[in-house]
Amino acid sequence: MASTSATGGTTSTEYIKHHLQNLTFGYHPENGLSIAHGAQEASDMGFWAIHLDSMFWSITLGLFFIWLFKKAADRVTAGVPGGLQNFVEMIVEFVDTNVRDTFHGKSEVVAPLGLTVFVWIFLMNLMDLVPVDFIPRAAEESGIPYMKIVPTTDINVTLGMSISVFLLMIYFSVKVKGGMGFLKELTLQPFSSGNVLVQALLVPVNLLLEGISLLAKPVSLGLRLFGNMYAGELIFILIALLPFYAQWALSVPWAIFHILVITLQAFIFMMLTIVYMSMAHEHH
Amino acid sequence: MNLNLTLVGQAISFAIFVTFCMKYVWPPVIQALRERQEKIAQGLADAEKGAQRREEAEAEIETMLQDARAQAAEIVAQAQKQRNEMIDKAAGEATAKQEQIAAKAMADLDREVVGARENLRKQVGSLAVDGARRILGGEVNEASHGQVIDDLIKQI
Repeated sequence: MASTSATGGTTSTEYIKHHLQNLTFGYHPENGLSIAHGAQEASDMGFWAIHLDSMFWSITLGLFFIWLFKKAADRVTAGVPGGLQNFVEMIVEFVDTNVRDTFHGKSEVVAPLGLTVFVWIFLMNLMDLVPVDFIPRAAEESGIPYMKIVPTTDINVTLGMSISVFLLMIYFSVKVKGGMGFLKELTLQPFSSGNVLVQALLVPVNLLLEGISLLAKPVSLGLRLFGNMYAGELIFILIALLPFYAQWALSVPWAIFHILVITLQAFIFMMLTIVYMSMAHEHH
Repeated sequence: MNLNLTLVGQAISFAIFVTFCMKYVWPPVIQALRERQEKIAQGLADAEKGAQRREEAEAEIETMLQDARAQAAEIVAQAQKQRNEMIDKAAGEATAKQEQIAAKAMADLDREVVGARENLRKQVGSLAVDGARRILGGEVNEASHGQVIDDLIKQI
């Protein structure tokens, strides 16, 4: 079943595994500081390893975002906007509208945060539309064994962002409501009682419920994006196993559908980020 | 699928990008958007005001036109009246003058008629005296018979 698009002489399983392997650099107990060959070596490196491909692509795309928007921001005018300004303004306005609709506090961070999240994640997701073999094959030719070009299919990347959002939530909660206010929010609801004794009994229950719901937010935020993108990427890889003349019949519809998915996922991540920021700013 | 340093790296780059965006990208763009919104609102308000002002001006023009028309009509009527008056006056004067001239001519005529008649009478008198002299052969003296001649003349 090995197809023409799979690397020469490998089975489909190996092909898929190869495509799902990040370029991991770290300290291996036996090989020392090196690039992992295979999933086993990568997992042996433990926490103190880094996915060079994910970092490279996410930072490159982040820089592209910053460069493009900075360029527009430098030449921005309140008069008749040019093409780039128009495009940038459209996105800024879109984010701004969503922030205004959802977030009623006053913060200089939330709107730019939403913009960064939306555009950056959209760009990272967009890499999914690059045919799965183009860049990995080119990298292989130049001696780089693994190359996953869609950073959002790396759980580290999505969790890295969602945990950052989580930390901002904690920060704003404490800043707006104070340490005690935040603690009260975690312990005095959803169950409360006028009786001090009963209330004391309810505190652990509340803490458990609120704690779980609080922790579930960053986890679900990160996993949702990761799951969607990983599944999409996997389907592209599976389609790439077909004979080359048949691939278009599946890859084209899936890519068109995926345009919707990548935009939607970027939008959902942005909206939830704004909603969480809003929750952190509001008293319940 | 290992959790590793990539997570931390991503969080750090995320923080950097958000900070950069917050400092250098968001404020100028959103400010330009607000400014343009204000400009457009201002422009629309101005257009509204302009339209209103035009309507007012049109109404004003209408009233001014009506005034002018009424004034023109008044002037025309006055002129007509004045013309009639002038014609009447001139006609009156002309009639008076004509009468005067006619009367004077009549008087002159009368005078001349009287003069002529007198003259004629005198001439007829002298003619008669002449004739009588010739008939009587110098016996008629103008002085002595003057009384008679005069009587004769008067009878003519």
